[in-house]
Amino acid sequence: MAEDVAIIGIGMHPFGRHDNTGMEQGAYAARAALKDAGCDWSDVNYAFGGSSAAGNADTMVSALGLTGLPFINVANGCATGGSALISAYNAINAGAADVCMAIGFDKHPKGAFDPDPADFGLGKWYGDTGLMLTTQFFGMKIQRYMDQYGISASTLAKVAVKNFHNGSLNENAWRRKPMTEDEVLNALMLSNPLTQYMFCSPGEGGVALILARGDIAKKFQKKPVYLRSAVLRSRPFGSFEVFNSWLSPDRGNSPSVGAAAAAFKMAGMSPSEMDIAQVQDTESGAEIMHMAECGFCEDGEQEDLIQSGATNLDGRLPINTDGGCLANGEPVGASGLRQVYESALQLRGDAGAHQVPKPIKTAFTHVYGAPGISACTVLSR
Amino acid sequence: MTKQIPVAEELFTWPSDSPQLIGTHYPDSGVTTFPQSASCPKTAAQNGERVLLPRVGKLWSWTIQGFLPKSPPYAGKETPKTFKPYGVGYVQLADEVIVESRLTTAEASELKIGMDMELVIIPFSTDDDGNELVTYAFAPVKK
Repeated sequence: MAEDVAIIGIGMHPFGRHDNTGMEQGAYAARAALKDAGCDWSDVNYAFGGSSAAGNADTMVSALGLTGLPFINVANGCATGGSALISAYNAINAGAADVCMAIGFDKHPKGAFDPDPADFGLGKWYGDTGLMLTTQFFGMKIQRYMDQYGISASTLAKVAVKNFHNGSLNENAWRRKPMTEDEVLNALMLSNPLTQYMFCSPGEGGVALILARGDIAKKFQKKPVYLRSAVLRSRPFGSFEVFNSWLSPDRGNSPSVGAAAAAFKMAGMSPSEMDIAQVQDTESGAEIMHMAECGFCEDGEQEDLIQSGATNLDGRLPINTDGGCLANGEPVGASGLRQVYESALQLRGDAGAHQVPKPIKTAFTHVYGAPGISACTVLSR
Repeated sequence: MTKQIPVAEELFTWPSDSPQLIGTHYPDSGVTTFPQSASCPKTAAQNGERVLLPRVGKLWSWTIQGFLPKSPPYAGKETPKTFKPYGVGYVQLADEVIVESRLTTAEASELKIGMDMELVIIPFSTDDDGNELVTYAFAPVKK
């Protein structure tokens, strides 16, 4: 039963740039989550975790304690954290564990990612000729979307302004300086129509979550948050993804559409019942498109919603309340879990300066990444 | 004498006065892939046929690569000082396939979704012997 899995502990190592290793950031998050849950590492009887560039998560047992627990490494690109969470959720639902840890951490070099074409099933020519850049995909997806649905450059900028504002209120965020719409619009154009400040950067950080069977949650945590669903989807035919050398004229949906719909169905709730949402904002256009892909509005409605402030902290549907990827950066292994951490914090009313002012009971998270994967969760108090 | 060497074999017909991209067409699903592939991503059928793709199409989307890509994987020889932005887009070739490509222009004002584009072959780098490495690109059709 979906209502039987609770998040009893949350821990985060601040995102940004740090001197310690990614693994140390992960261990820091794990200790913080255990402390938050009021439990010992020896109470945890299953763990799932991963990083994309900072080592095997299971080696962390030497820092946390050699209790002999099963610890499975997860490697699933941008959905690594989400996949660890889904694995933990399934382990509890399957009766394989009472208390589980899901952990993700990372530490990436500066600058854009530089993936190898062969890892994505592409010929060497694709990288040779300057097409192997995720930024180009994001530019081209929102370029067409703006043309089809009447989204303005001002709206692109407003998403970044909002997320930097939210980040400025969040002590765990990386980018804490608010920016104006003009500053965002007039910044260096990286991949038309997206400027430097509309893109998130690879970064560092770690997040750990302790999950438990719902019926024992309150033994550990007086304010548990319940995971109503956790769903992962890969891409269907006709979706538009990073590193596609061709597309079918017979267009299909993004994997986010399927993942979000399945997450709402499993939770028995609808997008209109969500009080807050964290959606993947690799760049500001992605947040706009994911609002529609996840079911929060129709294509094109984002223009009015964002211009009117509906997605601000004090709006009707606050989105990326912790500043999202734009303000937090993207440590790939940790990014999806950050969204769940933030949701739990908000649902508990513990988000401090970036707590949404309205009372909330429900939250949604959505992560998306290469080569076309999406993980979504629905949470509630 | 410097030669023009294609970045990959069987990506486009070369040498040719009217080069064409080479794809794989799957008769059962109607899917056409670019470049060639071993199985259909829709049905997993393995009976694809080598096809030459239309030389002209319509711009489906575009962007401009504004910074020097990391090498590897990028094989261009520019430095941050000599780098000039280049256009990248998707071009829809009839109802067959939408292909990703470099564009010959990097001026936003010259690019509009739906405009007519045609295939050209352009140099993008040189090899150690000074030969030109060439790839395919799409250029706006001159009115």
